[in-house]
Amino acid sequence: MKIPSFDSLKVGEEIPALITPPVTRHTLALYCGASGDHNPIHVDIDFAKSSGLDDVIAHGMLSTGYLARMITNWVPQSALRSWKNRFTAMTHIGDIVTCTGKITEKFEEGGEKLVRLELQTNTAQAQTIIAEAVVALE
Amino acid sequence: MIDKKHIGYEFLPVTVPVEEGRLKFLAKTLGETGDIYTNPDAAIAAGLPGLLAPPTFAFMLEIDALDLVAFMSLLGESLEKLLHGEENFKYFAPIYSGDKITVCKKITDIIDKKEGTLQFVISENTFTNQAGEIVAETRTNYVFNHK
Repeated sequence: MKIPSFDSLKVGEEIPALITPPVTRHTLALYCGASGDHNPIHVDIDFAKSSGLDDVIAHGMLSTGYLARMITNWVPQSALRSWKNRFTAMTHIGDIVTCTGKITEKFEEGGEKLVRLELQTNTAQAQTIIAEAVVALE
Repeated sequence: MIDKKHIGYEFLPVTVPVEEGRLKFLAKTLGETGDIYTNPDAAIAAGLPGLLAPPTFAFMLEIDALDLVAFMSLLGESLEKLLHGEENFKYFAPIYSGDKITVCKKITDIIDKKEGTLQFVISENTFTNQAGEIVAETRTNYVFNHK
C-alpha cells in the first residue's frame, strides 16, 4: 500500500471509491452469523413483515463494514482515529452499495496531522449512511 | 414510551474472547481479502500478535456483550420497533485475535423526537483489553419507532 502523505492531499479531493456486489439474502445470513447481530429483521421475512416491512433489510453495520474497507484500502487501519456513522435509509436485497469519500479539512491537533473525511454509502434509491472520519497521516 | 429512569443504567461488564475463526469469517463476509485480516501466519510475519480486527469489530463485541432480549425487556420495548440510528467510534489501540476485551456499557441519554413517536436511546461503551488498555469507545443510538 502506498500511503498518501498529509502534504499531498487537498481539501475536496476524493478517495478511491468502493462498489460492492448486490446484497443477497446469503450476504445477510453470513453477516448475521459473523457479526453476532442476530436481529431477525435482517434474515427472517416473517419477522420483517410483522415489523411493517415488505422484506428483510440489510444490517446498517454491513454497509459500515464496506465503508471501513474503503478507508483501509486507502490508509492503514492504524491511521483511523475516529469515525461517526449515521444511518439515513434502509438497504434492501439486490442493492449495490457505493462507498465514496472526500477530504473536507486538514488540521493539526495533539501533535498529529489529521485529515477529516466526509463519507457516504448510497444505493440506487437513497443515501444510506452519512459518515465522518478522522485519519492521521505523516 | 421508554421511561427516562433508565438514563445512567450501567450493564454488568462482559469479557469477550476475540477468536481467530470469527475474524476470518467476518473478513469473508465483508469481502476483505487483506492478509492481516485473513491469514494468521501472514499477520504474525507482519509483526502483529494475531489477525487484526476490522474497524467495525468493536460494535460486534458490543453485540456479544448485550443480551438483546433482556435489553428490550429492561426498556419495556419490542425488537420490532428497533432501528440502528448511529454508531460512532474512537480508536486508541488495535484489537487482535487472542485478545480478551471487556465491554462496559451505559445508557447515557433517552431523547424524544417527533412528539415521542420516535425515541433515541443512547449508549456509551468502553472496550478494554487484557492488559487493561482502553482500545476503543463507541456511542450507539438505538432508535425506537412507536408509530
